[in-house]
Amino acid sequence: MKFAVIVFPGSNCDKDLYFAIKDGIHADVEMIDYRSKSLDAFDAVLIPGGFSYGDYLRSGAIAAHAPIIETIKRMSALGKPIMGICNGFQILTEIGLLPGALIRNRQNRFICETVDLKVKNNQTIFTNEYEFDQTLSLPVAHGEGNYYCDISTLKQINDNNQIIFRYASDINGSIDNIAGIINKAGNVLGMMPHPERALEEMLGSDDGLKLFQSILKSHMNRVNL
Amino acid sequence: MGLVKVYVTYKESILDPQGEAIKSAIHGMGHTSINDVRMGKYFELNVDNNVSDIDSEINLICDDLLANPNMETYRYEILEDAE
Amino acid sequence: MTEPTAEMIQETKLYKSWGLSDQEFQTISNDILGRLPNYTETGLFSVMWGEHCSYKNSKNVLRKFSNKSERVLAGPGEDAGIIDIGDNQAIVFKAESHNHPSAVEPYQGAATGVGGIIRDIFSMGATPIALLNSLKFGELDDSHTRYLAEEIVSGIGGYGNCIGIPTVGGEIAFQSRYKKNPIVNVMCVGLIDHDDVKYGKATGKDNLIVYVGAKTGRDGIHGATFASDEFTDSKSTQRSAVQVGDPFMEKLLMDACIELVHEHSDWIMGIQDMGAAGLVSSTAEMASKASSGLILELDNVPQRETEMTPYEIMLSESQERMVLCIKPEYEQNITDFFTDKMLDAVVVGKVTTDGQYKIYQRGKMVCNIPISGLVDESPEYKRISVKPDRIADSKEQFRPEIKSLEDVWLKILRQPTIASKEYFYKTYDSQIKANTVVQPGSDAAVVRIRDTKKAIAMTNDGNSRMVYVDPFIGGQMAVIEAASNLVAAGAIPIGITDCLNYGNPEKPEIFWEFEKSVSGMAMAGKKLNIPVVSGNVSLYNEFNETAIYPSPMIGMTGLVEDIDNVITQGFKNSGDLIYLIGETRNEFNGSEIQQLQLNDVKGSLSKINVDQIKDRFELILDIINNKLINSCHDLSEGGLAVALSEATFENKLGFKCEVNMPKEYLFSETPARFVVSVSKDNQRKFEDIIGNNGAKIGVVTDDNRMNIKTIGAEATIELSVAMSIWKEAISCLMKKN
Repeated sequence: MKFAVIVFPGSNCDKDLYFAIKDGIHADVEMIDYRSKSLDAFDAVLIPGGFSYGDYLRSGAIAAHAPIIETIKRMSALGKPIMGICNGFQILTEIGLLPGALIRNRQNRFICETVDLKVKNNQTIFTNEYEFDQTLSLPVAHGEGNYYCDISTLKQINDNNQIIFRYASDINGSIDNIAGIINKAGNVLGMMPHPERALEEMLGSDDGLKLFQSILKSHMNRVNL
Repeated sequence: MGLVKVYVTYKESILDPQGEAIKSAIHGMGHTSINDVRMGKYFELNVDNNVSDIDSEINLICDDLLANPNMETYRYEILEDAE
Repeated sequence: MTEPTAEMIQETKLYKSWGLSDQEFQTISNDILGRLPNYTETGLFSVMWGEHCSYKNSKNVLRKFSNKSERVLAGPGEDAGIIDIGDNQAIVFKAESHNHPSAVEPYQGAATGVGGIIRDIFSMGATPIALLNSLKFGELDDSHTRYLAEEIVSGIGGYGNCIGIPTVGGEIAFQSRYKKNPIVNVMCVGLIDHDDVKYGKATGKDNLIVYVGAKTGRDGIHGATFASDEFTDSKSTQRSAVQVGDPFMEKLLMDACIELVHEHSDWIMGIQDMGAAGLVSSTAEMASKASSGLILELDNVPQRETEMTPYEIMLSESQERMVLCIKPEYEQNITDFFTDKMLDAVVVGKVTTDGQYKIYQRGKMVCNIPISGLVDESPEYKRISVKPDRIADSKEQFRPEIKSLEDVWLKILRQPTIASKEYFYKTYDSQIKANTVVQPGSDAAVVRIRDTKKAIAMTNDGNSRMVYVDPFIGGQMAVIEAASNLVAAGAIPIGITDCLNYGNPEKPEIFWEFEKSVSGMAMAGKKLNIPVVSGNVSLYNEFNETAIYPSPMIGMTGLVEDIDNVITQGFKNSGDLIYLIGETRNEFNGSEIQQLQLNDVKGSLSKINVDQIKDRFELILDIINNKLINSCHDLSEGGLAVALSEATFENKLGFKCEVNMPKEYLFSETPARFVVSVSKDNQRKFEDIIGNNGAKIGVVTDDNRMNIKTIGAEATIELSVAMSIWKEAISCLMKKN
């Protein structure tokens, strides 16, 4: 299985994601420039955290106009796994692959800490290695991680079981403590916490590892079918 | 009640990194006729009508809080009876 | 506007308002140029001969520092110092102050401080791996101080988080002297392979000078002389010297420069960042290091504003700019390389052999001066030094007054200097890059080096109260305290960078503080074999004639050979035995409890036996490397009472202790003591090694209580009470309006 890590100007968790794939699950991975036109050689697309274009204007707003976005949308239409973490989540909402938006944390400050979240749907290609309702300890680091959507969207994503992770307690004002959601088709995941920073006990938690293992396992299952 | 609209921007001579990044994104979208982008902040202040010297009060608020005179300028408009 | 002529400058003494003395102006005219300098030239001299660039007031004192050890690869004089860590790897680090800019525009002042120190590191070819900071504010009961604190912290976070370098540690202290003149010191640590080290040199005839990065505007002109000036209420005109940071631009610049050094090292002769005094300081220093001359064409310098004068272009402190010296045959490669990274790179000059600094604008020569005169022949002053009256000679110690031990203990935990700084450091991304093994809040931060067993421990420390009451011993304590932080984490201290923050050195009492404290730091550094490899001096930290406390900041790095041995301060298991290593003495002058009870610090400090402390450090490292202890915490502000409390918070474990000392001694601040916890299985082996260097004082418990018995007193505090007081104190103060 081969992963692409998309690098926008200002992405800064790209290498962490690269190492997560290479050293965490020992799969093939390549860093792909935001100007690339093709992702044909890849089975999955990872959009890293950071401050693409400095987060100027709105986080993710300028990246949403980068050349590679059209390609990412095509990959999504093909049903390939696409995961956006932190700034990657913000970009996915800006380009409409995921509903809602990430707004300023309610406390109006950047927060960096390791928080508990619950797996609310383990029947996805991203979470099948976890137990339902399992508590994960994952780092968050964001200033605009407050998930917001209107009531009808909230009802929809609830009804479709699209809410994948919820914070165990309110950390930033996110509606219904939402930490991560998936699209209706089930192949695009966006989440604010950083699983790529939680792969080793030495760094405080290895709860992120199973997320990457889930993607790999789902792919293998599909290929072997 | 009156409404005061305050606009704060960087002084001409101060670098506006956000404006620069937005400008190059606009160029990237093909709108090359846009020469410059400056980004600023916008405030709406609802004020009692009976304030005696609204200008000096607004100036004070801007100088001390809304803008940093070391690098920003501001202008404002007063719209009376905005109810 | 037409510029004044050379004669007008002489006649009106315009140079004086730029900081040059009559004597200095004469030296320039008579000895260096043999003629009067023109407007541009006067400007260049005034900024290059300012304290910030020339260290003219401080360099004879700075020579006291030792910058040698078997590990030092490069010391002061480069953008940053370099220390060998084995396996062909080295760390590069430096600290810098941004006090004055932060007083004027706290967010941008602090942010651009971070940007500047990061450039110092990647300009050597190193990859930045961590940031730290040392902040000193006024008391938080003042609303302006709260504003400064909030904005400075968010500026530091804003820049560091955006560029993607973890901010892993530091210190924050509060004292009313910093009210209008906060201390903002930032440190950056980078990692490099020996072969990749690049120096800021402009060498080789006809090699080209290339300008990379943001365009030049009028921002921050005379920022460097501004940094060498005191604040007063009336001086608001100076305040145009504010620069705005662009961390996005810097991220592009950083990634590009690191890639250039790694992939195309053969294209470039040298790299230097444009920091204080911008283009003039960077290019002149590059030429000076290679004894070269330079020609600069100002028309080629990318400019953000129109009609800029040579003076403005040369002195602008626009941020996020670098200077390269490249081989001419690679000009096209270089410009293509940077264009691909969304950056402008243009040739602005070339290297010559005549030693002259020649600058042209619109075909006209606007400057022609010897580079040696500008850089190397700056004056050096030995300022007058007089012992301040407040320095006490008597050995008398302050006697704390303790009626209720519980009460004083909780009051101490609530003091902002002691209380948890989580409110601030939670806004820094401390985990990015996924290498941070020990995060903010422990004695030292620890960052692992990927694909090795090694890790780097780092700390920022400097208790200015101690330096204020006794500069020499306080200076020693600053070094000892920083080293204790690293040793407690299991690291061998290997190098120091410093920020030396003081008042106006032209005042004899201030100069005395500076001189004595540097002597103390130098002496401790030498004895502990920790070289000072880089640093920065910030003088004139005064507001309306009142100086800050003498505030040296020690930024220290340590090497952990085996990451499995890294240890943190928190107790790990109920039932572990607690030991106190190092003797506790009757030492309360300059302490937290003196500050609490007198609202002042005074008295003299006791002499320190540094050799004995060196042995103690070796002992601690020995027991850590033999895996005999489960936690280690060094004692500092607030003494044993605070250290024991802090050791409980990490894992919410309590303790029951009994010490053979009076209750006041729980708050003594005798330096270089440690609290360690040992599992019962290791007790024998541990005690054999420590001998009489430490004593068992108690046991870790799981009953959620802190309980301690002293001679004639006993105190019990619920852990939850202590913890919430300690944790919430600062956020409560910050949320006041």
